[in-house]
Amino acid sequence: MTRIHISQGRIIDPENGTDSIGDIYIADNRIFSTMGQSDSFDADITIDARNQIVCPGFIDLSVRLREPGATQKATIASEVKAAAASGVTALCLPPDTSPCIDNPAVVELIEDKAKVADYRQIYPIGALTYKLQGQELSSMFALKNAGCIAVSNAQMPIANLLILRRAMEYAASFDLLLIYRPQDYYLSQQGCAHEGMVATRYGLPAIPDIAETTALLQCLELVAHTGCRVHFGQISCAKSIDYIRQAKDSGLPVSADVAIHQLHLTEHDVLPFDGVYHVNPPFRREADRQALRKAINEGVLDAICSDHQPHNIDAKLGAFPETEPGISSLETLLPLTLSLIDENKLDLMQAIAVLTTNPAKILGLEAPGLAVGKFADLCIFDPEMTWQINPETWLSSGRNTPYWQQNLRGKVTHTIQNGRLIFGQGDFF
Amino acid sequence: MTSDQGIQFTPEGKLKHFLTIEGLSKSLLTEILEVAESFASVSEQQVKKFPLLRGKTIINLFFENSTRTRTTFDLAATRLSADVLNMDISTSATSKGETLLDTIHNLEAMHIDMFVVRHAVSGAAHFIAQHVAPNISVINAGDGQHAHPTQAMLDMFTIRRFKKDFSQLKVAIVGDILHSRVARSQIQALNILGVLAVHVIAPKTLLPAQAESLGVKVFYDMKQGLEGVDVIIMLRLQKERMTGALLPTESEYYKCYGLTEEKLEFAKQDAIVMHPGPINRGVEIASEVADGMKSVILKQVSYGIAVRMAIMSMTMQATGNRE
Repeated sequence: MTRIHISQGRIIDPENGTDSIGDIYIADNRIFSTMGQSDSFDADITIDARNQIVCPGFIDLSVRLREPGATQKATIASEVKAAAASGVTALCLPPDTSPCIDNPAVVELIEDKAKVADYRQIYPIGALTYKLQGQELSSMFALKNAGCIAVSNAQMPIANLLILRRAMEYAASFDLLLIYRPQDYYLSQQGCAHEGMVATRYGLPAIPDIAETTALLQCLELVAHTGCRVHFGQISCAKSIDYIRQAKDSGLPVSADVAIHQLHLTEHDVLPFDGVYHVNPPFRREADRQALRKAINEGVLDAICSDHQPHNIDAKLGAFPETEPGISSLETLLPLTLSLIDENKLDLMQAIAVLTTNPAKILGLEAPGLAVGKFADLCIFDPEMTWQINPETWLSSGRNTPYWQQNLRGKVTHTIQNGRLIFGQGDFF
Repeated sequence: MTSDQGIQFTPEGKLKHFLTIEGLSKSLLTEILEVAESFASVSEQQVKKFPLLRGKTIINLFFENSTRTRTTFDLAATRLSADVLNMDISTSATSKGETLLDTIHNLEAMHIDMFVVRHAVSGAAHFIAQHVAPNISVINAGDGQHAHPTQAMLDMFTIRRFKKDFSQLKVAIVGDILHSRVARSQIQALNILGVLAVHVIAPKTLLPAQAESLGVKVFYDMKQGLEGVDVIIMLRLQKERMTGALLPTESEYYKCYGLTEEKLEFAKQDAIVMHPGPINRGVEIASEVADGMKSVILKQVSYGIAVRMAIMSMTMQATGNRE
């Protein structure tokens, strides 16, 4: 195994609140030492981390890799490169692949592909219902044994509350985490934009915020009843935050995340009819954006995810309502999170926690950290480096980002996964 | 919102595409009405052809059926001496997997000068305008629930013929505002031309969220909404609204929002009644009103040709010398 010496970086470890300049020595997949000058340590690789931040690797709660099933959009091989270059050392794959992740064979297939791509920590999320159809329960126990970290119905609706209740009871029996995207099927049908001024002006089929809040409230009632642990994915409305706060205060086993772009864009940023801004849940009001930022700061929302959804060009070519929703967002995750610090919405320790320790806690993973003995999943980034988002250096196969030509600050320089340098200074290993 | 209404103009500021009323100036709308007036006054004496678009080829590209709108575009183009091709694509190419863009590029290759587009999805005309060759004009003949700007302009033309001064007018629009591209374009045009007030009258199920943000006063009651108005525009009620739990029955709708002679009494004595057609008699409007003295519905249809001639000739002037 490679022995790595990271020298003189600013070490930030939310697990124990560390923020200091120092060295880290990695051997046998784990952090071997954090003491200064270990002359006896014979490093294969030494990384000069002066003026850079060293932190645990990012854990992304929602990353579409498009494989199996939609390789015209992206592949596991293409997207794990984007993940590695973005400091992401573990990612959750939602079950809406094709075939969907509703049986152990698909889990194995994904594992095999990940092995070929040499990326270790892809955590498949099992389908909550058979074929995600919202009708019959999936074989959750078998999925859990095959390695699924949680269950979810992804963006597919469960219109029948009885099915959701049964699924939650069953998941709770095996202590499986449910990752739930609250959105009422009927209230959001065919919608493509927030129900508000902009959709009204442009005559766009709309998704009201009650589509999210009513589904959220129903699910919270079922959490109280079934005891199922639930993580709410990609929250978009201010009102949802109030309900999640109340649920947490009353001791329900719930957590929640927000997609990074929801913290930056609103319905007014949606250029008329530019499909790249078509996302689901839709960009909402400025008041929602502010409430989401505040909730991340106060810990009501536990994590920020990329909600990475790479698309081929054709998927975004068409009249706005006919385009497919989603943004290719792995590569902008770090700089857009850091920009919240510049706007005084977050401090650096929090920003790193919502990308590392908090998602690990949600998933029930071993707490990541930079102390001796911890698994060596690390990210090193230059918080001051400004770089331009441009097609020449973009790694994801999905070119669907609204940030082309923009200059963003904060860039990952090295990523270490499982004690192995997988990305360093622009190269992949 | 960052607006890209600039897409409608050439770098020199001339109208090149006609996609939406939003972002157009009062003086441009007035110019369109005046050009239309010159075509209309000539045509009222004798049907006459103008050589303005001789040698130009226009395709009426209809992804959604509409005999009437297409016919008036067809007539307008013919009277401007253009060659016109009608294409109904609702059931052919795009449903076989050919994308909208492939269709457009295929037609472009046949040296077309203008597309008149109708499509069931909001934003389709913008999308086509963004992707056509620079020498081609695009006219929006209705896209989804977004805009129907030529209809709005012919309605403005009709109002001007009967009412002259926009600044003193109260206009009521009655019916399915939520799904209506006509209403959206009318509201924008009326506000740009500076009317006193635009009232919209409908049950909540047929109003969009934050309807007031369009620049209207909202009423749920016909009596209150029609009080003192100069112009009443009735919208067509689509039959499919009955199945979507938006309304209980046609007869209840007629009772509440159908324009009858009794309800017409709430408006000013000299009010005019308009409707973009085709009308549902006994659903949104009583036959006595539709065929009555105050109705200008058939005038709207004939003015439609002059207004479309004006818009086609103006946009073609912008692109005409750019080949």
